[in-house]
Amino acid sequence: MTFKILRFNPFKDEGPHFQTYRHEPKPKDSVLEALKDIRDQQDPSISFRYSCREAVCGSCGMVINGRITLACRTLVEGLGSDEVVIEPLPNFEILKDLIVDLKPFWDAYRKLEPFLHASGDVPETGHRVAEKDMDGISRYVTCILCACCTSACPVAARDGRYFGPAALAKLYRFVKDPRDERPASALERVDGPDGVWGCDLVFRCNDVCPKEVRPADGIEGLRRKVIAERSKRLFRRNT
Amino acid sequence: MLAYDLLIVGGGLAGLSAALSAVPGLKVGVISKVHPLRSHSVAAQGGINAALGNHPEGADDTWEKHAFDTIKGSDYLADQDAAELLCRQAARAVYELDHWGAPFSRLAAGTIAQRPFGGAGFPRTCYAADRTGQVLLHTLYEQAVRHDITFHNEWLVTDVVVRDKVLVGLVAYDLAGGEIIPLRAKAVVFATGGYGRVYQRSTNAYINLGGGIGMAYKAGVPLKDMEFVQFHPTSLYGKNILITEGARGEGGTLVNAKGRRFMEDYAPKSMELAPRDIVARSIQTEIDKGNGFENQYVHLDLKGVGREKILKRLPAIREICLRFAGLDPIDQPIPIQPAQHYSMGGIDVDAACASRVGGFFAAGECACISVHGANRLGGNSLLEAVVFGKIAGESASRYLREGGGGAEGERDTAEATRSLVARIHSVRGRRQGANVFQLLNKLKRLMSDTAGVFREAATLRRGLEELAKLRDAYRHVFIFGTCGRYCQEMVVLVEFEHMLEIAEVILLGALKREETRGSHFRTDFPKRDDASWLKHTIVTRTDRGPEVSYRDVQVGRYAPRERVY
Repeated sequence: MTFKILRFNPFKDEGPHFQTYRHEPKPKDSVLEALKDIRDQQDPSISFRYSCREAVCGSCGMVINGRITLACRTLVEGLGSDEVVIEPLPNFEILKDLIVDLKPFWDAYRKLEPFLHASGDVPETGHRVAEKDMDGISRYVTCILCACCTSACPVAARDGRYFGPAALAKLYRFVKDPRDERPASALERVDGPDGVWGCDLVFRCNDVCPKEVRPADGIEGLRRKVIAERSKRLFRRNT
Repeated sequence: MLAYDLLIVGGGLAGLSAALSAVPGLKVGVISKVHPLRSHSVAAQGGINAALGNHPEGADDTWEKHAFDTIKGSDYLADQDAAELLCRQAARAVYELDHWGAPFSRLAAGTIAQRPFGGAGFPRTCYAADRTGQVLLHTLYEQAVRHDITFHNEWLVTDVVVRDKVLVGLVAYDLAGGEIIPLRAKAVVFATGGYGRVYQRSTNAYINLGGGIGMAYKAGVPLKDMEFVQFHPTSLYGKNILITEGARGEGGTLVNAKGRRFMEDYAPKSMELAPRDIVARSIQTEIDKGNGFENQYVHLDLKGVGREKILKRLPAIREICLRFAGLDPIDQPIPIQPAQHYSMGGIDVDAACASRVGGFFAAGECACISVHGANRLGGNSLLEAVVFGKIAGESASRYLREGGGGAEGERDTAEATRSLVARIHSVRGRRQGANVFQLLNKLKRLMSDTAGVFREAATLRRGLEELAKLRDAYRHVFIFGTCGRYCQEMVVLVEFEHMLEIAEVILLGALKREETRGSHFRTDFPKRDDASWLKHTIVTRTDRGPEVSYRDVQVGRYAPRERVY
């Protein structure tokens, strides 16, 4: 089989270019395992991020035969092709080979205060949370912040200020958590074109998410909360 | 030169807990070789133990019973005072995680849900479906964001700088920057995780090379009980991805190729929920006897668990089976085999996480206090990481408050940095040599062949001989790439040196310990021997090679008895 891997050495190369390797993967090998074998046996200089190899750490997002996904959860035989083309995640600057600079992704995440706002001391016997409420956020806590969604998002591609699907879905996870006490004003920060109204509703994020989080549903949920908050403000002003 | 009061090495559960518990006002930094959310804690599935008594069948549970189960599970090698400390802190630790936002699964009453786990007298394991490690790691990282903790992500620590038995600094490789960086620190907490990838078959992340443990050893901190290596009973055949003990906790059964639920023959009372050492050995015995499938694996059958419970409580396990094995555990059994999973041994520290080197602390899987002794119970590793990570942060803070860390160290740190730069330069100057990734693959095979589930003197000796050859080959290692940025060859080159040491200490400890205890099974010494071996193995690095000594186990209220499950 042929593996075309995008290579880029920022200190030497004028620009990214493909390098081609011949490699016969074992049955059921993932693209990540194939990459590792190519590196171990043929070219130790190839750089790519990896860690858990079981789709839970979020390291190995890349583009495989045109599709944004995690290399570890993509089986080579499932691609149904004798040629595998591997490129780094789009929408980010390439640092080396398949490794991109995710700083803008983490910056957006941090800005939305992605932590539970719970006041007071630790309750003596823990918080009481209804089973259905916890189940209601379970899809959103499954997010591993692999950045596949933001890479696939056309809005993020054209507007660097847009928070992006992962950060917005994370905010929704907290807003929906019955233990969270963040002020309603926290929603004002996403009530604009760089927030929930930036979304084009083309659902590329839902398509590529390797964990079936469906971040766009979170954005839609936030929109409803934002509107509800606006009308509350209006009501307060009028009374 | 960058200077900190306290540097924490590792951004998993133990490292983040340490960072969050360091006293405000100190200059604290966390160094992690990956983004913290990529740390291996993320892969823990089944849960975290605390005797909350929320489950109807667990109403009578207490921290003392948790401590007893932990000590019995350890085959009485745990230090009982430390195990008691762990279990006494457990409830508070879980409630604190909950208060910080951890989305634990709930019971109908709204309390934190708990499930049965191996070797535990009650359903004690608190969980968030089968993604407990992931949600806990994210929760602690979120708190670190909240407190604006400083991170140096994708920096690999390469050396620990010690002067007159006091820690004075670290050297690190900044992967994105492509540079070797000296760091002054008055204290450090190592929370660098396990060494699973010293083995061929491991549930661990690819990054778990164990360099941190070897660095501490090189810097003069002894290693303890390294021969105790946990093999998890149920890893997915072929891929060795972890299939949580929670799958058995929820009712999964183990069946051999003859259709027999074989745990009846090994642990008639506890069956599939006997401790991991016993279940892993039983599975391996069945396979070795010819009762496995293709002489490689047995079946973990979840049919009795049922569709609804699988979808709700084991969704990630189902996803793993669908994605990586092409089967649906709702109606097909999962092929499983034992694989290396956890290191009970590690950097020798006391219950305050302090080591023999002033200012050098360690917590989590890289450390050995010891609370797990010869065999860790499932659900106790997340707990240990959180509880002792916190204690390590507090201990380091106390050390600094009491005036520790005043030693002059700039020159030694700069010297260690120059020495690494020179070494890399010389390796890069070679025109040819050994490929370090291939040496790593050889080491993994060697360890799996000679220090696995079953051990004996002859194979352990052979392991040591082959290891010496690998050590020779490593002297001629070569870096193929010319780019200093994200040079992963360099990462493995640095860590491999430490892996050679770790492998030697495991093999040597296993060869010398002429008894069977917990995970350490000697076919030539198949019985536990408390008269001679109720003691910890301590290995210190000297110029002449490893020096082995022993230290008595701290026995408290539980006198060692035969383990029956």
